[in-house]
Amino acid sequence: MFGFHYKLERKAIGFVIAIIIAASIGGIVEIAPLFTIEGTVEDVPDMRVYTPLELAGRNIYVREGCYACHSQMIRSLSDEVERYGPYSLAVESKYDHPMLWGSKRTGPDLARLGDKYSDEWHVRHLNNPRDVVPESVMPRYGWLLRTPLKVEDMSGHLAVLAKLGVPYSQEMIDNAPSDAIGQAQPDRDEAGGVAERYGDATNIRVFDGNPSRVTEMDAVVAYLQILGKLTDAAHRQQDAEIPGDAS
Amino acid sequence: MSVKERDPVSGYKTTGHEWNGIKELNTPVPKPIWFFLIAAVIFSVVLWILMPAWPTGTGYTKGILGVDQHDSVQKQLVKAATARADWRAQLMAVEPDLVKDDEALMQIVRETGHMLFGDNCSVCHGTNARGSMGFPNLVDGSWLWGGDVKTIEETLRVGVNDAHEETRFGQMPAFGRDQMLGRDDIITIITYVRSLSGQPDVATAENQDVLARGADLFLDNCSACHGEDAKGLTMMGAPDLTDGNWLYGGDRQALFETLWNGRQGHMPSWEGRLDAVDRRILALYVLDLQGRAP
Repeated sequence: MFGFHYKLERKAIGFVIAIIIAASIGGIVEIAPLFTIEGTVEDVPDMRVYTPLELAGRNIYVREGCYACHSQMIRSLSDEVERYGPYSLAVESKYDHPMLWGSKRTGPDLARLGDKYSDEWHVRHLNNPRDVVPESVMPRYGWLLRTPLKVEDMSGHLAVLAKLGVPYSQEMIDNAPSDAIGQAQPDRDEAGGVAERYGDATNIRVFDGNPSRVTEMDAVVAYLQILGKLTDAAHRQQDAEIPGDAS
Repeated sequence: MSVKERDPVSGYKTTGHEWNGIKELNTPVPKPIWFFLIAAVIFSVVLWILMPAWPTGTGYTKGILGVDQHDSVQKQLVKAATARADWRAQLMAVEPDLVKDDEALMQIVRETGHMLFGDNCSVCHGTNARGSMGFPNLVDGSWLWGGDVKTIEETLRVGVNDAHEETRFGQMPAFGRDQMLGRDDIITIITYVRSLSGQPDVATAENQDVLARGADLFLDNCSACHGEDAKGLTMMGAPDLTDGNWLYGGDRQALFETLWNGRQGHMPSWEGRLDAVDRRILALYVLDLQGRAP
């Protein structure tokens, strides 16, 4: 048996073929599960899409590399479920392109962060984490409060995601810049269409504490407040399977 | 293939190649490498048989042990819930105000409460529960909405100024911005309010008339919520202004900001995250912290 390899590595063509076979096993193991992706992602009727403001916040989240220290996936381990809430389902990242599950947690997992803390807390924490959590090692993101949000290109972002299968309608794509403004400025006319297009449960309010303009802080906080809130599927599943703990 | 020759020093064969008089030994792969390689191959074959492993295109090989992570985490959670069920039932059976006398239950409250508080409350109220600007100190005995177990439980359940339909609603109006009071009147009220908590150098012999005017303005504008004695009304979530505890700061600058732009703190509702037992544990836990605070 050992002599086989000794002979094989002396035959160029044969050895190349053997290398290709060995390397492709790894590729097949990664690619083959995608053939059954339809069965892996749960079918959930109430799954909603990101609004343009939340999507802008998500883009800033990616730009600032938040995923390097924060994961967005609660693993199916009991201690994680006890701490963060129901483990993440595949459907919850259905409209995430790319997904931001991450694997490194310098900070805590953020998959169920939405509605956990107040907007004021998020603003102060992002501005300088040490103001509210003295032990924190997170960097400051103070410029988010001072930088106006760029919304002109939001239609393009929505259009790309629509191509990837996110169900944005043409109306959503066309109105994306004004919806982004309206969601953070409830007193303006633009706010009217947001609930109409994205549902009444959409958070429409001043996120950064400053009603006079829409900043990157508005977008990031709007995004953080929706994490884990796109569907209730994970909570429904947990409530159904663990009857004793719901009291 | 070139002719092999044996190296007289090491006893191994050479590869037969020669570079400038240097010959390469054809040393065999060391035995330990073979051992670990073969052991690893056997290990993975055994795992492929026992555990979920290979994709098949329409699914995957499930393994003969039938391990499923979702099932096992549910089993663990049910087991943990069952283990807790006894003392959780005991805790809820005792009158909330009397739990503090039961040392065994309080031990559980302290241990569980510490974890719950750390995971959920500490980022705003601080790991020592002493809060910070805008986030109330929970151990100073100064409660905006009342400090008995039932009331704290209710605050946890519905939140303050939250989207919860039964939420507590408390708002400090923006007297300055909304033009209910002029700048001079606000400054007069600030002087009066600061004198209430006995801050040094506020009330002097010279400013008695300012304090008198401030008292009148206070009665007209502030007493509806803060009470005529300024000791606050927990029904409105209006703070006691005489106890020297300040949520947004008690210096002139902070008070001016409070009166000019108003304040409307937000505490999220915890009904969706923490069940009734967890909320009772937290209420008992912060009251216990308060009782033991120096």
